[in-house]
Amino acid sequence: MTEVTVPGSAGGSATTFSMFWATLRRDLLLAIRNRAEMVNPLVFFLIAITMIPLGVSPETKTLAAIAPGLIWVMALLATLLSLDGLFRSDFEDGSLEQMLISPQPLYFTVLAKVMVHWLVTGLPLTLMSPLLGVMLALPSGGYGPLCITLLLGTASMSLIGAVGAALTVALRKGGLLLSLIVMPLYVPVLIFGASAVHNAVLGSVINSQIAVLGAFLALAIVLAPLAAAGALRVSSDG
Amino acid sequence: MTESPLTLPEAFSPPSTPLLELRQVSCERDERQLFTRLNLSAYPGDVIQIVGPNGSGKTTLLRALAGINKDYTGEVLWQGHPVSSVAWEYAHDLLYLGHLPGIKKALSPLENLRWYAAVSGAESRSTIYAALEQVGLYGYEETPCYQLSAGQLRRVALARLYLGRARLWILDEPFTAIDKRGAAELETLFARHAEQGGVILLTSHQDLALASLKHLNLLDYQPGCPEGRPQDREGGQGDD
Repeated sequence: MTEVTVPGSAGGSATTFSMFWATLRRDLLLAIRNRAEMVNPLVFFLIAITMIPLGVSPETKTLAAIAPGLIWVMALLATLLSLDGLFRSDFEDGSLEQMLISPQPLYFTVLAKVMVHWLVTGLPLTLMSPLLGVMLALPSGGYGPLCITLLLGTASMSLIGAVGAALTVALRKGGLLLSLIVMPLYVPVLIFGASAVHNAVLGSVINSQIAVLGAFLALAIVLAPLAAAGALRVSSDG
Repeated sequence: MTESPLTLPEAFSPPSTPLLELRQVSCERDERQLFTRLNLSAYPGDVIQIVGPNGSGKTTLLRALAGINKDYTGEVLWQGHPVSSVAWEYAHDLLYLGHLPGIKKALSPLENLRWYAAVSGAESRSTIYAALEQVGLYGYEETPCYQLSAGQLRRVALARLYLGRARLWILDEPFTAIDKRGAAELETLFARHAEQGGVILLTSHQDLALASLKHLNLLDYQPGCPEGRPQDREGGQGDD
């Protein structure tokens, strides 16, 4: 007869870390294997921005005036578009249950998943934004601030969106509800992000807006995974 | 009604505290009582098959015990302590396999299991290979799961039983889509786990031929049922 040893006597932090990495790796692999899904919000972003000069006016002056706001709004919508699937497949195939009952804190699992979400949507959106800036004749002073604000802003939006995605994961048609929950929380990010780019174009200092966006992100990193973890427990409680 | 309905035979004196104990557990779903005042003591070496017709709450009970569904009243004790107070230890000693296998079809069996190993406490890579070989998936380690059959997918999930060292196994219909030989191998594995002091709670419509098998019939705990009845059951086959 083999002795049954009591597991879990080893330190918890190392295993939490390896769980975080394992989830990060797994989700990245999944994102790469399901490329079509990953590319969807990016294509939306690109197409929507391409349509603007055709629909509004090809005049440089008009476009330059609305460019910061437009790029920001489209980035927000593209993020929103990709949120629904954040926990959906895990919920549907049962891996979410396994995350819930894991001895590792759910906070880090959620954080890993959100990080991957940002890596495959927010980061490419940010990298694409200068190109779209050119298409919308964004004045030269706006490119740096656009990238910095989008980098901070999309990360906050992924985190905040995770809470909404977690709340609506058990609903069969949660898409609309998700938008309604998340939209109001995106408003401050949008306001500060777009106004920072706007002010930069006008030549004023934008340190304060960037600081506020950074503060948003810091707050979201701490609180959003907690809220999302709680919401996931509620959602699967039935 | 404090006595457990699953008392062990007198010949074998059980350790003082059961590994898992349920006291007066009731569960309601959509305003319908699924079962009430359920008592159960599971000692090391017990394999408990939960039986009952469809919709009698088998899965709900297992999900409640796994800690996914907290919508129940009553006490669940792990080694004598309420599970909420020893949540971390309990989670470490628990292996839950639900209806949904939790397998990502875009990933290979190896990648799937590597994630599980990390989530439930790390195991080395070689053990994952060994586990996959045990469930008859040798040569399929790197095949994407969407190319596998339903039975093979189930086997990927079952390979988790060979990983880790959880003492409590909660298995919801582990035999689904598994062929006869696979089922026999599973039973052998169950017997070994019980022998090593583990506890298995499972639902299955299949008759198991395990020596240490006990039955828990959820029909006995339905609201309309007279309270005294569960007393008569001395876990064993051939009830009803």
